[in-house]
Amino acid sequence: MKEIQQELKVCGAPSLDELHASPCYQLPPQDRRALAAVIECVEGIPCNPCETSCPQNAITVGEEITALPVVNLEACTGCGICVAACPGLAIYLKKYLFKDDRAYIAFPFEYLPLPKEGETVTMVNRLGESVCEGTVLRVVKIKKMDRTAVIHCSYPNRFYEEVVSIRRLSL
Amino acid sequence: MIEREIVVIGAGPAGLSAALEAARSGASVLIIDENHRPGGQLFKQIHKFFGSHEHRAGVRGIDIGTQLIEDASHLDIEVWLDSEVCGIFHEREVWVVRSRELSVTVKAKSIIIATGAVENAVNFTGWTLPGVMGAGAAQTMINIHRVLPGKKVLMIGSGNVGVIVSYQLLQAGADVKAVVEAAGRLGGYGVHTAKVRRAGVPFYTRTTVLEARGNDHVSEAVIVSLDDAWKPIPGTEKVLDVDTICIAAGLTPLVELAFAAGCRKVYSPVLGGMVPWHDASMRTNVPSLYIAGDVSGVEEASTAMEEGRLAGLSAAYSLRYIEKDEYDSRFNDALRRIDSLRSGMFGEKRRIAKHAIINHI
Repeated sequence: MKEIQQELKVCGAPSLDELHASPCYQLPPQDRRALAAVIECVEGIPCNPCETSCPQNAITVGEEITALPVVNLEACTGCGICVAACPGLAIYLKKYLFKDDRAYIAFPFEYLPLPKEGETVTMVNRLGESVCEGTVLRVVKIKKMDRTAVIHCSYPNRFYEEVVSIRRLSL
Repeated sequence: MIEREIVVIGAGPAGLSAALEAARSGASVLIIDENHRPGGQLFKQIHKFFGSHEHRAGVRGIDIGTQLIEDASHLDIEVWLDSEVCGIFHEREVWVVRSRELSVTVKAKSIIIATGAVENAVNFTGWTLPGVMGAGAAQTMINIHRVLPGKKVLMIGSGNVGVIVSYQLLQAGADVKAVVEAAGRLGGYGVHTAKVRRAGVPFYTRTTVLEARGNDHVSEAVIVSLDDAWKPIPGTEKVLDVDTICIAAGLTPLVELAFAAGCRKVYSPVLGGMVPWHDASMRTNVPSLYIAGDVSGVEEASTAMEEGRLAGLSAAYSLRYIEKDEYDSRFNDALRRIDSLRSGMFGEKRRIAKHAIINHI
């Protein structure tokens, strides 16, 4: 466990190698048509709202709440309820095929100001580095999500796995 | 001297939970807090809590605080605010100074001490400059008083407090220039460090702050790499353009009242230092005294609330408000919920340390 988490415990974010070695992380296959939940929660913290919030029972943590969450991609409909339910902001939705050569991501966002639909934003990787430009498709902020907005964006799918969020907008 | 059945000292998550559990058992409770409002640190915890549904996971600390206070308002719980407890005498007498002017002694049948913990300081050249503050103080400023302490922040310490407050400073509109950690590995949950990192904040391990510079306030910070013996490596100094330095170097239990009242001391480095010995029911060696929350060993709010329930329940049981069967069943439920929070790679160490205190002879 220690070795695969070197990057996470030194630079703050998990490397792709670390994610690929973790049973919780599954990037939805490129030919999948629907969005699917992607979880980056590799440490076994005592937490399970992802499991209990999922209306499809597609996420399993189990009796021991320190077990890692695992998504059953066949059951996941990409509804996104888990995205705002996760206290760690460690879940997003992705799909490779949105339109032309663009991928789709919906991620949790708790900074103001919120981006606007149609706005061009800077997509960032796990280290907070700019990767490419993206387009905001929807900004979802409903009461049930308790002040966590979910931002939907499209971006070039050659950066499919790299992109996880957007650069914060200035006040 | 006035008399009350159960006196709870501290209206944070542990104290409020203790008061609720005791009052639900039928006891009448007085809860005393030195602050203007109850809730302890819950009202500055604007993030969603971890845990499972029964720990109120996914609910923000601030909303848990509001709920606890609302629940208390329907029960036989009296609350004294702006009231400082200055001493506990003859095992049952609580000396309180109310509003800094009225001295009162309350004679209690049971006392539950839930005084919490205080932030540790780190001293370095320039650490007395305005702009150097505890991470908890910065969190109080932004989330309670809605005042941004500075625009450019250096965070010292990468435990959960350091990374959560870094995130909340970003939310409040500040830039966090760096989080430095003296150890070789970051301390906080990976999900917290990851969200701060993807917001563009760099982490530096094996690094500490050497100096705060500035005339009448912080205008620069010097950080430096540490070698394997934790000594600064000359030539690795880096100057950061910051106006605020936050220190998140752990917490120490606020044990003075408990020790002055005669509680036996046990040393627990994992849980923050000297803590009062207590048994699994949160009772100390002074039979009328119980403790709960960070004063009994620094953990986090969800555990503090469960410990508060254990203490409140045990105090009510000792006063014969509930039968043994009911006590056992409610007690074991709370114990099971605590065990699930003290599991996994982060919780295991705390579970072992807690057992060491309970089993300490």
